[in-house]
Amino acid sequence: MSEQPVRVAQLSCGPEHSGVQKEINEAAAAVNAEMFFPDVTLTDIRRSYDSFGLEARSGDLKLAIARAVALVEGKVDADAVFIATCFRCAEAAIVRNELRHYILKHSDLPVVSYSFTERTTAGTLLTRMEALTTIARRRALLAREVQTGTTMGIDSGSATTKAVIMQDNKIIGTGWLPTTEVMNSATGVIEEALKEAGLEMADIEAIATTGYGRYLIGEKLNADLIQEELTVNSKGAVYLADRQRGDATVIDIGGMDNKAISVLDGIPGTFTMGGICAGASGRFLEMTAKRIGVDITELGPIAMKGNSKIVPMNSYCIVFGTQSLVNALAKGSSKEDVAAAACRSVAEQVFEQQLQEVDIKEPIIMVGGTSLIEGLVYEMGELLQSEILVPPRSQYIGAVGGALLVSGFVEEKRKS
Amino acid sequence: MAKVFIFPTTSLVLSDMVERWGHEALGAAVGIREKIQTPSLESPPLQMTPEDPKKGLKYAAVEVPCGVRGRMSLYGPMIEEADAAIIINDSDLSFGCMGCARTNELVMFMLRQRKEMPLLDIKYPETEDEGIAFVTQIKDFLAGLEGENDE
Repeated sequence: MSEQPVRVAQLSCGPEHSGVQKEINEAAAAVNAEMFFPDVTLTDIRRSYDSFGLEARSGDLKLAIARAVALVEGKVDADAVFIATCFRCAEAAIVRNELRHYILKHSDLPVVSYSFTERTTAGTLLTRMEALTTIARRRALLAREVQTGTTMGIDSGSATTKAVIMQDNKIIGTGWLPTTEVMNSATGVIEEALKEAGLEMADIEAIATTGYGRYLIGEKLNADLIQEELTVNSKGAVYLADRQRGDATVIDIGGMDNKAISVLDGIPGTFTMGGICAGASGRFLEMTAKRIGVDITELGPIAMKGNSKIVPMNSYCIVFGTQSLVNALAKGSSKEDVAAAACRSVAEQVFEQQLQEVDIKEPIIMVGGTSLIEGLVYEMGELLQSEILVPPRSQYIGAVGGALLVSGFVEEKRKS
Repeated sequence: MAKVFIFPTTSLVLSDMVERWGHEALGAAVGIREKIQTPSLESPPLQMTPEDPKKGLKYAAVEVPCGVRGRMSLYGPMIEEADAAIIINDSDLSFGCMGCARTNELVMFMLRQRKEMPLLDIKYPETEDEGIAFVTQIKDFLAGLEGENDE
């Protein structure tokens, strides 16, 4: 790659002793970034620690605080910041959160924070690192607000694959299929979208891919933009919701992971991406629909007729959640109440596990396939005490974001 | 010569004092040296791998953060191997720092649990007079250990 590597400052406690520093370095290298530890002196540590005012006892956390202060004070140059501490460490969690707030408040550096275990791999970190470096490297591209030319976005998600064709800032074709074999599903949605648009593949001027299958599909189709879903979804969300300027919060509860993204002018600021337990994902809602014998598209309206507070259900784990579901049905609970409780349970997990880590600012935009489940949107609104905005075609958010962003390449391609 | 576990394990001053009195210091340098000299590992900077926190399960349960368990995989065996130990409480960062307060708590607890083992458990000095007494205490402790130095 000819571009300069993005320099990512690492503020951390524990990765070297957990055996995951290599994974962090590999994830960074995969997106042409390099990790570095800001240099600070012992005097800096004492001074910064005293001025910051958070009484951490761990030496590595004191060092992380001093490094954050050095970044904010401009004594060290960086393009982005990665904060990483051990999962299940309360002291580190407090420091991690406060450092993230501090850096975001006092600088314009993009920050991502992560709590790792020894099982954390470069693959797990890749999407986050890619989003971090994209925000640092491609602000101009992310600032694009109007789609031009004829472009296609393909979003290969863990549960479904979507394609969107846009022309002159309008959606003219869409395709949607469950994800089975990644390339086959992509081919299927592309055909659907082309058919609806009345176009041939040769008419498409630029292609973007996103989602889990983005590399495979992107390489096969020679895509102009292969981009992780955090930045692409943010863009698609604010575009479809017509909230491209100012603050917004994007919530995407996916089939395999969830994203909560704090956005300013269409560019992600902080984000969290979680995907450890399926009790907090769209999979649990799919299972609930199957168990109560309805199609997933019917789950939302059914849930709206039920009372979510009657049935006890609140589990991060899909197995325990299913146990609650089966027990409730066995005790004679109605399918409406069970459906509502399942929606509330998923909303609560996302609220407790993820939304605490981003600054929630209105409007709150829910996107992705699960945003079509109105019971889930309702429960999320109840928890956040706010009206949730679900833009039209919210299930196509990633594909729309891709088609919009990649139109930045059209003019250049036309010239060449 | 006795094997003396030092806390903080990264303290060069303590390590040097132990060696001067003819004993072997057990600390971070020993564990890390062994790691980085082991061939066929490529996990910089410490050559620790995800296997190490799993080895640490012998000393700390699975719900304990992996950074603590990784450190315990280094220090746990040394604590078991030690003939004696020195704990310096509330030491200055410049004296030595193990990075993680939870590991500090566990290491000190494990050392104090070894009731049969000679243990010097003292506070880091804050004045010159305390400093002189501090060095004397360490010197007397080391001199009194079995297999004491030949100097």
